Amino acid sequence: MTSSRTGDPETSIQQPGPAVIETRGLTKVFTLRTRAGALRRHRRDVEAVNDIDLVVRAGEMVGYIGPNGAGKSTTIKMLTGVLAPSNGSVRVLGLEPVRQRIALARRIGVVFGQRSQLWWDLPLADSFALLRTVYRIDAATHRRNLDAFIDRLDLGPLLDTPVRQLSLGQRMRGELAAALLHDPELVFLDEPTVGLDVVSKHEVRRFLGELNREQGTTVLLTTHDLSDIEHLCRRMVIIDNGTVAYDGPLDDFRSRYGTHRTIVVDLQEEGPPLDVAGTDVVDVVGARQWLRFDRRLTSASQVVTAIVAQRAIRDLAIEEPDIEDMVRRLYDGTAHAETGPQAP
Amino acid sequence: MADRAAPHLGPRAGRQALTTTVEAYLLLASARVRSDWQYRTSFAVFLFASLVINVFDFVGIAVLFTKTETLGDWSLDQVAFLYGAAGLCFGIGDLLVGSVENLSTKIKDGSFDVLLTRPVNALVNLTASEFTLRRLGKIGQAAAIFAIALAVNDIDWTPGRGVAVIVMLGAGSVIASATWVITASIAFWLINTREIGNAFTYGGGLAISYPVHVFEQWLRVLLTFIFPLVFVSYLPALYILGIDSPLALPDFLRWSSPVVAGAMVLVATRVWRRGLRRYRSTGS
Amino acid sequence: MAPAGPSTPTRIRVAVAPYLAVSTRAFRQFATYRGATFAGVVTNTMFGFIYAFVFRAVHDEVGMVGRFTATDTTTFVFAAQGFLLMTGAFGDRDISDRIRTGDIAADLYRPVDFQLWWLAHDHGKAAFHALARGIPPFAIGLVVLGLPFPGSPAAWLAFIPATVLGVTIAFAIRFLANLSGFWLLDVRGVVALVGIVQLLLAGHIVPLYFMPDRIQAIVRATPFAGITAHPVEILLGARWGGELLAIYAGQIAWLLILLGAGRALLGRARRNLVIQGG
Repeated sequence: MTSSRTGDPETSIQQPGPAVIETRGLTKVFTLRTRAGALRRHRRDVEAVNDIDLVVRAGEMVGYIGPNGAGKSTTIKMLTGVLAPSNGSVRVLGLEPVRQRIALARRIGVVFGQRSQLWWDLPLADSFALLRTVYRIDAATHRRNLDAFIDRLDLGPLLDTPVRQLSLGQRMRGELAAALLHDPELVFLDEPTVGLDVVSKHEVRRFLGELNREQGTTVLLTTHDLSDIEHLCRRMVIIDNGTVAYDGPLDDFRSRYGTHRTIVVDLQEEGPPLDVAGTDVVDVVGARQWLRFDRRLTSASQVVTAIVAQRAIRDLAIEEPDIEDMVRRLYDGTAHAETGPQAP
Repeated sequence: MADRAAPHLGPRAGRQALTTTVEAYLLLASARVRSDWQYRTSFAVFLFASLVINVFDFVGIAVLFTKTETLGDWSLDQVAFLYGAAGLCFGIGDLLVGSVENLSTKIKDGSFDVLLTRPVNALVNLTASEFTLRRLGKIGQAAAIFAIALAVNDIDWTPGRGVAVIVMLGAGSVIASATWVITASIAFWLINTREIGNAFTYGGGLAISYPVHVFEQWLRVLLTFIFPLVFVSYLPALYILGIDSPLALPDFLRWSSPVVAGAMVLVATRVWRRGLRRYRSTGS
Repeated sequence: MAPAGPSTPTRIRVAVAPYLAVSTRAFRQFATYRGATFAGVVTNTMFGFIYAFVFRAVHDEVGMVGRFTATDTTTFVFAAQGFLLMTGAFGDRDISDRIRTGDIAADLYRPVDFQLWWLAHDHGKAAFHALARGIPPFAIGLVVLGLPFPGSPAAWLAFIPATVLGVTIAFAIRFLANLSGFWLLDVRGVVALVGIVQLLLAGHIVPLYFMPDRIQAIVRATPFAGITAHPVEILLGARWGGELLAIYAGQIAWLLILLGAGRALLGRARRNLVIQGG
């Protein structure tokens, strides 16, 4: 399942460097104590992360995705030294995250989508100044990076604004700059584009892409958004139920598990469900119908042609399978991947 | 930046570590003060409220002395000495590390984990980032009362007694600070019952504002062996004021607060580290 | 024969239902904080013992204080600790928080009486605190110090309405303080100050009968005295006949004044909101 292809030659760094993240059998078990009745307690062991072997090399940009509760944040917490593993080993930049937390923290950057690392009531510029001292950044590096980030992320007009007054998109740009001021070798981004408008997302992605290309910074990007992966990552690691469900290039995954697409068609008039060979009608709401088809058996153009032949349509759209669909398919449909016809 | 990978070896590294800990504390605390300065009026109101509560607190004691000349054989002047000393020590302790109380809140809302991603000692980070000057209200009031008490009590001033006052305040503040850290660390084990510690930080501070020989034995035992708060104000006061306790205690206890303070620091560091380790093993 | 409409008992039931519901919900909500409640009881009890011992030392010197013995004072201290939470002495900001976030607009449009709604909420909360934070410290103090169970049946009978009145007065004052959030930017300090004043004047820092006579008279004339001090003194069997009636009268009078002021202030706030288009 693990692919070693590095993908598009135009955008990737060809030589994978030494391993910056190495986990072997990484496991985290939580003991949940729930109350059953007035005084009794019920104990249950939950394996949030189960036996993960993960190797990320310097210069890679890896998308780390999975449904909620799959163990993404738990993994990140173990990689950054916040949580200690129950079992297995982990080494980040050659250090043990738990024992050498502070030493590691100096060399990595972390951005949390939901929580701010900036000083909420102070102007953005103050946060940068404070971080300079916290991370002991020398004046030259600080100046160089700050100027570059202000330029590339358009932070100039925001510098004097208290962070609490920034919009989400503006704040996220500030968080990115803040996380990278000290030239970290490895950056963890936890849902950085969630809630951002399209323009901000684009800027963030462009910035990250440049960062990876020009500085060789290794990036581990946790996200729900498949288009983040598409634009940035050549390699994708899917985690589900605490284990690695897939680890390889996005394209391979798409062609193996993204077999079904959905066409959403707005008919001129309401009518009975369409009957098109190779499709299933998944839903009907008024004049709108959702048809799902297997890409390996038929094609979008064939389906559309068939629909148009049967009824007058007003509009249609084609939906890509989303990550949850594909992951579900990955598990209960592994049979499909193995027995179905090969990808076109 | 050679300290990146080098483990902490040798006294040089120790000194370096201390300076950076203090540096980090001052940096984060001043950032917090600047942040709070954005809400000046709110701060002023709270400072005022703090002054009021402390005034009322002492009013309570003063009222008692309208009914009686002595409390447990101690005069108002002498009780004021205790009150001022206890208030100063606990006030300073609260100012320096009181914010560690917020640990349970921060664990619950996930922001403690964010703290752990910074290259700063977790305890320093926690206490400094929630530092507040509000506590100056208590310190101001206690300092005033203590200063007056020093004047009105007929103290037989010797160099020894002068030193003793300074040692009392220093060691007492350390004991109070350690009490705060230890009680806050409860959150690592019992996140919902953390407030039990208030019985010792706030309750303890209140208790040792009075001559402890009016308490029943079990409470005195609590304040001597569980949290040795009697060493903060009561025992040093016996020496400085030159009076005897009806409890017939050996004299050396009156000068033991530095030793007790040192022991408390060890205990507090141990408890905190243990707690942090537990937190990182079991998560939240 | 045309139906005469819902009967009076039904009408009453329907009218009261939303308030009962919010009361019950408040009770249940606070009942879920088991750990914090337990921790709070321990702290309350500790404070109770500290104050009890200190005041007892005064009694050791002077015997009775006013008409109260050492046992009375010790009982008073533990009862007062029990009253702390249910009278909201630590400053509840629920209303002002909702003003700050703007959620208050939804509350104001509900087809229930705003003040009564919050009163019901407060009573539900107070009921829980009376049981869970009121009784345990009291019981522990009495048992550990070997005190007799306080009050005759008659005293308890007189105590209960006084307590309910006291809790309601405390609510009325807090209601007013919280409403200042409509005008003040930061109301936290105001609410905290009110709580602090309550601590002193309701007898939590020192029982009122320790205070010098003239000051005592002034303090007892304030609404705060009726929150804790007066009900507990009734329980101790110290207030009968004329004094008892005077206490009730004082409580009721203050209650009407403060609730009325609350409604007036609320009306003002509503009008301002409408003008601002909120």
